[in-house]
Amino acid sequence: MGTVRVIHVSERRRTLTFWERTYLLEVFRGLVLTARHFFVNLWRHSLWLVGVKSGPPGAATFQYPEVRRPQSPRLRTLHRLAKRPDGTPRCVACMMCETVCPAFCIKIVAEEVDDSSIEKRPKSFDIDIGRCVFCGFCVEACPEDAIRMDTGITEIGALSRDGMVLNIETLLSLPPKSERGDKPVDFLQQQLVQ
Amino acid sequence: MPKLTIDDRTIEVPAGTTVIQAAEKLGIYIPRYCYHPGLSIAGSCRMCLVEVEKAPKLQIACYTFVTDGMVVRTTTEKVTIARQAILEFLLANHPLDCPVCDQAGECKLQEFYMQFGQYDSTLLENKLKKHKAMPIGPHIMLDSERCILCSRCVRFVDEVTKTHELGIFNRGDHSELLPVKGVTVDNAYSGCLADVCPVGALTDRDFRFKVRVWYLDKTESVCHGCARGCNIEIHSNRRRTHHNDGRLIARLKPRFNGEVNHHWMCDTGRYSYKSIESDDRLVQPLVRLTGKGQEKSDWTLALAQIDEQVTHQVGRSGVAAAAVIATPALSNEELWAARGLFLQGMKIEKIAHRCTPDPNGVEDSLLRKTDTFPNSFGANLIIGQPHTADPTVDTILEAAAAGKIKTMFVIGGGLLERYSTDLLREKLRNVETLIAIQTHRSVLTEMATVALPMTSFAEMDGSICNFEGRVQRYNQAMPPVGQSRPLLDTLADLANRWELKTAPRQPENCFAELAQNAGYFAGLSYETLGDGGVNPSRRSATAATT
Ligand code: SF4
Ligand code: SF4
Ligand code: SF4
Ligand code: SF4
Ligand code: FES
Repeated sequence: MGTVRVIHVSERRRTLTFWERTYLLEVFRGLVLTARHFFVNLWRHSLWLVGVKSGPPGAATFQYPEVRRPQSPRLRTLHRLAKRPDGTPRCVACMMCETVCPAFCIKIVAEEVDDSSIEKRPKSFDIDIGRCVFCGFCVEACPEDAIRMDTGITEIGALSRDGMVLNIETLLSLPPKSERGDKPVDFLQQQLVQ
Repeated sequence: MPKLTIDDRTIEVPAGTTVIQAAEKLGIYIPRYCYHPGLSIAGSCRMCLVEVEKAPKLQIACYTFVTDGMVVRTTTEKVTIARQAILEFLLANHPLDCPVCDQAGECKLQEFYMQFGQYDSTLLENKLKKHKAMPIGPHIMLDSERCILCSRCVRFVDEVTKTHELGIFNRGDHSELLPVKGVTVDNAYSGCLADVCPVGALTDRDFRFKVRVWYLDKTESVCHGCARGCNIEIHSNRRRTHHNDGRLIARLKPRFNGEVNHHWMCDTGRYSYKSIESDDRLVQPLVRLTGKGQEKSDWTLALAQIDEQVTHQVGRSGVAAAAVIATPALSNEELWAARGLFLQGMKIEKIAHRCTPDPNGVEDSLLRKTDTFPNSFGANLIIGQPHTADPTVDTILEAAAAGKIKTMFVIGGGLLERYSTDLLREKLRNVETLIAIQTHRSVLTEMATVALPMTSFAEMDGSICNFEGRVQRYNQAMPPVGQSRPLLDTLADLANRWELKTAPRQPENCFAELAQNAGYFAGLSYETLGDGGVNPSRRSATAATT
């Protein structure tokens, strides 16, 4: 066993200089910093308004939740299960995603279907979002392109641990972001209503 | 003996050996589909092509016999290209349904493609359609699109079971493996077809979609279905318990033993695992208190009750009115401990193991034996021979019916297959203190003063002797079901209460004690038994001749 070196935070604190300890000068320096950001942004916004500056204007506060940051199309967001044209799940319960998931948060139970061109489908399909690390391995592993992380949903919450487990009905009901557009889905609301 | 060189290594093998077998001896694995060591040679898949010096073309290793001075190469560029081409041919019409295929994970197409294939497909034509998900018998599902026409299954039903249910019909790429018209594949060994098929064309209906094979853990064991004692592997799903309906044991597979079962096992044995986690397992001790009905109980109370009731009853009616039935469903160790406690400790002379034969027992020239007890040979050695009285279960039941038995222990399963519930109820009516140590609920546990749950062969280590006297070990594959406990523990606890000598609780130590005391097992240990078992009678025969 190696010895544990204990570092006291107080030992690491830099001793303040005389001017720093006078306080007034430091307050003034802080004000200068804030003012500089304000004026730089004011300047950028003005140029952008008159059309001189292209691209995004200066720093801005997003008025969340009314306004949301734009998402990259590749962003890994909440999972959904894709459907066949007839509405049945594309998933064939091959267990690839369950096997690859590093968080062990996918649980699938398989069942047999009469249709011999499909043979197998999930009877239940649970993802425990509370444990998911959003690595996207499940999407990567799926040979049927059945599990996708393109709902654009990032606000996920529930009032219990069990509420964080999404079942097959929920997963099949979620639309892709491309279909939903910018219309927000309040996921918490949906879960609470259920 | 011809001497040949394979991949620059020399080996001497007996004449008549094939190149594939000689290579195996050197630890060189040549890929193969149609070659199966338990069947005749077909030489049809061409996967095993190797380069033989001075031969103009590549030769199939499975049907080329070794000659002196032969030089074989298995990894040259020519061979690599040939393997790739063969795989491309085999996969030309293959549906690639690995996601829904139960064979995925143990499929030779997947394995060899990753090892030797890895070509880019050049096929532009559409794939041929054939039969999918077609049940061809009670245990086997056929998907003829996945079949690579290796004919292993056809040779199996022709040569091993001699039932001839399968054939390859039509010509060219329309060739298709199908059952003969109007025939169901329901021979007693049909489960083996799923084992011989190197791909997912023949799969086990019982195992269908239950659990992916890569989640399974394998435990070496011995089948307890009959006196043959086929070597098996128990495949259990301990890691992802939401699969397989929450049950642990997913399937049994035969394990090669050239002295016992070769590559095969019968269907009765293969599907016998279902009773291990069935709903009628006894999962809790049951106690009947005087003047009350039978109630669920716990181990401390149940053992205390046995102590009290048996001591009281034996004190009143004497040991002569006490009897023990220890069935040959028990392991050598369990029988040894039972003998120690009851015969030597408590001096109960009436200890029986021999029953009337199971009416459902069938025998054939392949594996199955009429005796459906796994350890009759061992029981005879351990319980039967050493004392002269040697009553049978029938005589004990008669004595009980005549009111001569007041205390009785019934240990181990298998009685219900031989005696009807009504008969047992009738015969045991006059037994006042009945102690049943059983795996399953039955009339015995129902009538018992105290019923104790015990582990089955999958939940405990042990050893049994097959009909030839071969001593074989089996291993624990899963934790005990419910509150059941190993019989060795229960007997040791009882012995402690009565201050009698206890047998070791660990099966391995118990076997060591058995080996010291019973001549037949002399010199054996779990280590020397190994995975394949030892037949001491044969060993002594060879020792006597040399
Ligand atoms: S994103 Fe990663 S952690 Fe989440 S379910 Fe998929 S594989 Fe598991
Ligand atoms: S990998 Fe795809 S098809 Fe397979 S179980 Fe997961 S979602 Fe279903
Ligand atoms: S037989 Fe093998 S290669 Fe063919 S679908 Fe099944 S697992 Fe895949
Ligand atoms: S069903 Fe299997 S064993 Fe039979 S010929 Fe086809 S691939 Fe070979
Ligand atoms: S294994 Fe040799 S030809 Fe099939």
